[in-house]
Amino acid sequence: MSSMQTSNLTRETLRRMFDKNKRFDGRGLMDVRDFQIELGVSNKAEGSARVRMGKTDVVVGVKMQTGTPYPDSPDKGNLMVSGDLLPLASPRFESGPPKFDAIELPRLMDRMIRESGMIDLKKLVITEGENVWTVIVDIYPINDDGSLIDAASIGCIAAVHNARLPGLTDKGQVDYDKKTDNPIPLSKEIMPLSFTFFKLGDKLVLNPTREEEEACEGKITFGISKWNGKHMINSCQKGWETTFKQAELEEIAKILPDKYEDAMKKLKSYLN
Amino acid sequence: MAIKRPSGRGFDEARKMDAKVGIIPNADGSAMFSFGDTIAIAAVYGPRQLHPQHMQNPQTGILRVNYDLLSFSVADRKKPGPSRRSQEISKVTEWALLPVLNLEGFPNTVVDVQIYILQADAGTRTAGINAASMALAHAGIPMKNLVCSVAVGKLDTEVAVDPDNAEEHFEGGEGHTDMPIAKIGNTDEFTLLQLDGKIPPEKFTDALNMGNKVCSEIYEIQKNALKKFTEVEA
Repeated sequence: MSSMQTSNLTRETLRRMFDKNKRFDGRGLMDVRDFQIELGVSNKAEGSARVRMGKTDVVVGVKMQTGTPYPDSPDKGNLMVSGDLLPLASPRFESGPPKFDAIELPRLMDRMIRESGMIDLKKLVITEGENVWTVIVDIYPINDDGSLIDAASIGCIAAVHNARLPGLTDKGQVDYDKKTDNPIPLSKEIMPLSFTFFKLGDKLVLNPTREEEEACEGKITFGISKWNGKHMINSCQKGWETTFKQAELEEIAKILPDKYEDAMKKLKSYLN
Repeated sequence: MAIKRPSGRGFDEARKMDAKVGIIPNADGSAMFSFGDTIAIAAVYGPRQLHPQHMQNPQTGILRVNYDLLSFSVADRKKPGPSRRSQEISKVTEWALLPVLNLEGFPNTVVDVQIYILQADAGTRTAGINAASMALAHAGIPMKNLVCSVAVGKLDTEVAVDPDNAEEHFEGGEGHTDMPIAKIGNTDEFTLLQLDGKIPPEKFTDALNMGNKVCSEIYEIQKNALKKFTEVEA
């Protein structure tokens, strides 16, 4: 089960199957796995969500802290996204200082959320120039069976929507025992999601399992949301050393809105 | 056009670019590349023996990139040492350069690429890639081509190539979008693509095309700088 390397046999078989638009689990190359969301999975967190997508399982928790704002943005609260690829979740994850994937995941989520404008940072000010809220989003995979970034993006949005601000003391410090019903100030209509496309030979595949990911040679992640009724790409990062052709990038940009709308329908059903 | 660029440049106009090869005598290869006030310098050391040993690959040499800002290159002094940002940029730069390299003739070795930003005015990673690509060629590392890199910006709804720092802080309308790309010289192969901001999918092609045009210009500048250097040597 915990073999570390994709065999050439698996890679060649996948290559042949992808050429016929087939996958081991019966999906088409652009078919996304269905997902389930559980909200409020950790009651000390201000908000939390657990996303299961096939065997991929991710928890995301939101904690709120107060503190002084950054000098260059006295009128804004802060967003911080972090996380770790725990050795709990895969034989491939190791303890110790974070490897690149563990740095990349929260950075991609940070950029997707920040650039979409989902969180209204200006409304996170308690006393301008002195005291502001920081939204801290922490991401931990529980089981990695591929498409961690995409599953984590669903978890981030769900957890942030699930969060309720803790109360404040008279001095403006957090009182975690005092709960309020106030949500994090959000631009309600903006909800970004990420989609990572992998590449094997000249075939693109969406939402791969771990086995498929490891057989692939290239990958590229896009964050997309809707802003003033228009789809907007908010973030992008190409990974690995395989190149992408312009036609491939254009194809991805074309199908992104449909994939986004499908996932969003499902996500919204959990949040309402 | 509704808006003008704060810099006064045309939307498809990059800043003045400059390139020079052979700037660090100790290095096996070195180069400088600048977009206006953004200056990147790069040095290549190797192929050389790789330590720690467990990182050695008996099938091929490996590429190791380190990108960072010099502490005084930005308005607020940058604390020296690697940050998550610099680690990410180092890694995507590695991925941007690897497709043109052939290191199979140098098993168990490493090619170290050191990129530092002397002066930052946006577009530092792309300037760094351009410099590194020339430095690798200067070092005589087997390469099938050069890599050319530029950032494409978007101010409100207007795509604008090679934004400077002031333009990166453009607010209003759809705000500012930054999309660094890198390509294998005069081909259709993208080796780096990142994006921050808001760009409608239907505008994405325009943005790529604008980047393509400037990458062709960069390609010529890089080749000229390399040629100039070899002429001086000979």
